[in-house]
Amino acid sequence: MKTSVFLGALTVAGFAAGASAAQTLDDVQSRGNLNCGVTTGLVGFAAPDANGVWEGFDVAVCRAVAAAIFGDPMAVEFVPTTGQTRFTALASGEIDLLARNTTWTFTRDTDLNNEFVGINYYDGQGFMVPRDLGVSSALELDGATVCIQTGTTTELNLADFFRVNNIEYEPVPIETNAEAQQQYLAGACDVYTTDASGLAATRATFEDPSAHVILPEIISKEPLGPLVRHGDNEWGDIARWVLNALIAAEELGVTSANVEQLAEEGTDNPEINRLLGVEGELGAMIGLSNDWAVNAIAAGGNYGELFERHIGESTPIGLARGLNAQWTEGGLLYAPPFR
Amino acid sequence: MSAISHEPQAGGFRLSQLIYDTRYRSLTIQVVALILLVLGLSWLVSNTVQNLEALGKDFDFGFLTQPAGYDINQRLIEYDSQMSHGRAALVGILNTLLVALLGCAAATILGVFFGVLRLSKNWLVARLAAVYVEGFRNVPLLLWIIAIFAIMAEGMPQPRDFREGGGASMLVGDSVAVTNRGIYIPNVVFTRSLGGNEVVAPEPEEPDDAGTTGVASGTYGGSRIATGGAGVSTGQDDQDAADARNAQSAAGEDDAAEGEIVPSSSALDWLVVLGLLVLGIIAARMVTAWAKRKQEATGKRPRTLWINLALILVAPAIALFLLGAQFDYPVLGGFNFDGGVHLRNSLIALWFALSLYTGAFVAEIVRGGILAISKGQSEAAFALGLRPNRTMRLIILPQALRVIIPPLISQYLNLTKNSSLAIAVGYMDARSTLGGITINQTGRELEGMLLLGLFYLVLSLVISSLMNVYNNSVKLKER
Repeated sequence: MKTSVFLGALTVAGFAAGASAAQTLDDVQSRGNLNCGVTTGLVGFAAPDANGVWEGFDVAVCRAVAAAIFGDPMAVEFVPTTGQTRFTALASGEIDLLARNTTWTFTRDTDLNNEFVGINYYDGQGFMVPRDLGVSSALELDGATVCIQTGTTTELNLADFFRVNNIEYEPVPIETNAEAQQQYLAGACDVYTTDASGLAATRATFEDPSAHVILPEIISKEPLGPLVRHGDNEWGDIARWVLNALIAAEELGVTSANVEQLAEEGTDNPEINRLLGVEGELGAMIGLSNDWAVNAIAAGGNYGELFERHIGESTPIGLARGLNAQWTEGGLLYAPPFR
Repeated sequence: MSAISHEPQAGGFRLSQLIYDTRYRSLTIQVVALILLVLGLSWLVSNTVQNLEALGKDFDFGFLTQPAGYDINQRLIEYDSQMSHGRAALVGILNTLLVALLGCAAATILGVFFGVLRLSKNWLVARLAAVYVEGFRNVPLLLWIIAIFAIMAEGMPQPRDFREGGGASMLVGDSVAVTNRGIYIPNVVFTRSLGGNEVVAPEPEEPDDAGTTGVASGTYGGSRIATGGAGVSTGQDDQDAADARNAQSAAGEDDAAEGEIVPSSSALDWLVVLGLLVLGIIAARMVTAWAKRKQEATGKRPRTLWINLALILVAPAIALFLLGAQFDYPVLGGFNFDGGVHLRNSLIALWFALSLYTGAFVAEIVRGGILAISKGQSEAAFALGLRPNRTMRLIILPQALRVIIPPLISQYLNLTKNSSLAIAVGYMDARSTLGGITINQTGRELEGMLLLGLFYLVLSLVISSLMNVYNNSVKLKER
């Protein structure tokens, strides 16, 4: 008892730090930009372009959140994180939002004290091998050397997959996607495994993408989504509903091209009106201006536009919508109603 | 007079004496410093507790008993992904110890070699040694690690190039393979291992469905990943082996006679061999001491070379023979070489870079130690007719050791701690397992880092105390 009083008296700074954890929005607003954690470079998801401006599907989520808060999609400070540093960066407050194709799992949500705000890409773990190896199934990989990124769920899935199927392998742990790519191309590993979307994105940057095949086995569910720290629900709400706004905008036909017009003129559809702030005060309920969703959508477009521009079939990465289509199109994307 | 003698008693103890009286001042300063230190520490601790609470985290080492879930490629003890995080940490710790031990040994050899060469009168040799020292001492260690790793991964042939017409071939009579996944060397295995041998049924029932991969999987050494749980057989051949064993225990001797013994090695075998070797060396030293006494008493030194060689070598050789030692050569399997010992790129890069880098520092220490011995010593040795080679070995180096050992201790400590750069090339040391993957999968940063810090602290203290024992034995005896 005595000690705790004694210690308690000494921890003014500790209290201050504890109290500030619950006001991420205030911190972000007073700082004037959003600190967003992304990968160290995965083309299509997050990578700097020729001018050093970060671009990609995950980056777009950060930009949309920044646009919803500040009206300026460029008010983002990007912090590259590795698989090992990302959660520490988030927990320590170095970043406000982590959009780093991170798989939503039970332990990460509960034990690691993160809060996943949704899913922006439904993925699964796959294997890529050089075509001339003549392998057509992951079950033929007995004794193979496999490159994996450490600190990821893929590491655990891989161990489970090989153990369950009674086959042996030699893991080569690697820190970043770029290093893995280098090792794989040098032939220091036979197989590279990560999320299938990541494999497609990596393969797109190869000199000869057709010399590599992605094996048919998808060995895990990898729902990738942005996440925030546990314990600040208001901040989590903002990130969650910005993502939902992007998804709902596609469903409702709101695009970056027509969003300004729809917001000015209003429509017959009450849900679009509520989303765009023409009716109701949804923005005020999450502590933002009423045109938050207009800004978020204008930043880069709705979910479908972002997908097409960064990772869709017209890009070198060439991912099909598949599970990531709207629920009306047979996919899994289903934004809750804006009401 | 009386006034002076009475003054202190009359005044008694005043508070201002704590500052102005030199008798109490130093005590006051120490007490104040102690209080500030304690306050600072308790602030750190309570701030941590407070922030952990704010993050909703507790402080708990229970994660060490949870299943780790990840595989480790280089294991000195048995491990699979179903074992605990604590076990994974132990595997990492042993890997750290391995590379530290290999590195310290190699750095010492390199350092002594180049330190002596740098003092050579031969201009070219001395300059070459200087280039080595300056080159490795002045470029960051991390660059050397990555450079060696890149040379191995990019410059060496792939395992499949070793097939017919692939353009690469094995060295030393087809026993060593240098590939871009590491170096495969022969392993010593025992047909009468103390750890027990598996017996494989003589004829394979199916004409080998696994193709090329199946051939060598019965003879794997310590380098193969066993993905199954403890005691769970994985490959087809292992399955046969298990069947054979069952049949053997059921039917008795007949099946065993038909079976083919799979050579294997266990820690026990090596313990026996190395134990005999150490005993032999101790015995040889006793013989040498006896020869020395005899020389001092009679002036004649008995020839001990053959006796010593026999003492050291015969017993281990007999043990190896009795255990049925034989080489297990690496053989190209499906994707990789099977059998033999696999020295991975990560180990090679880390080991070579650490040795070369620290060796450069050791070379300078050795050079300094030799230069510290007065010139009169070598002149006296020459006057007695000793040649330069013997002068260095018998006169200079033993005295130089007194100067060399203390700074050498800190180089060993540096090397050991620098081995945590392993993360750059994916070597699974304590930093990569306990301080890397385990922390990341469990979210126990504080606990993991504390344990890691504690491990390096204990390891450093152990190394320096062992070296201090050695230092005490070689330092100048003052009587």
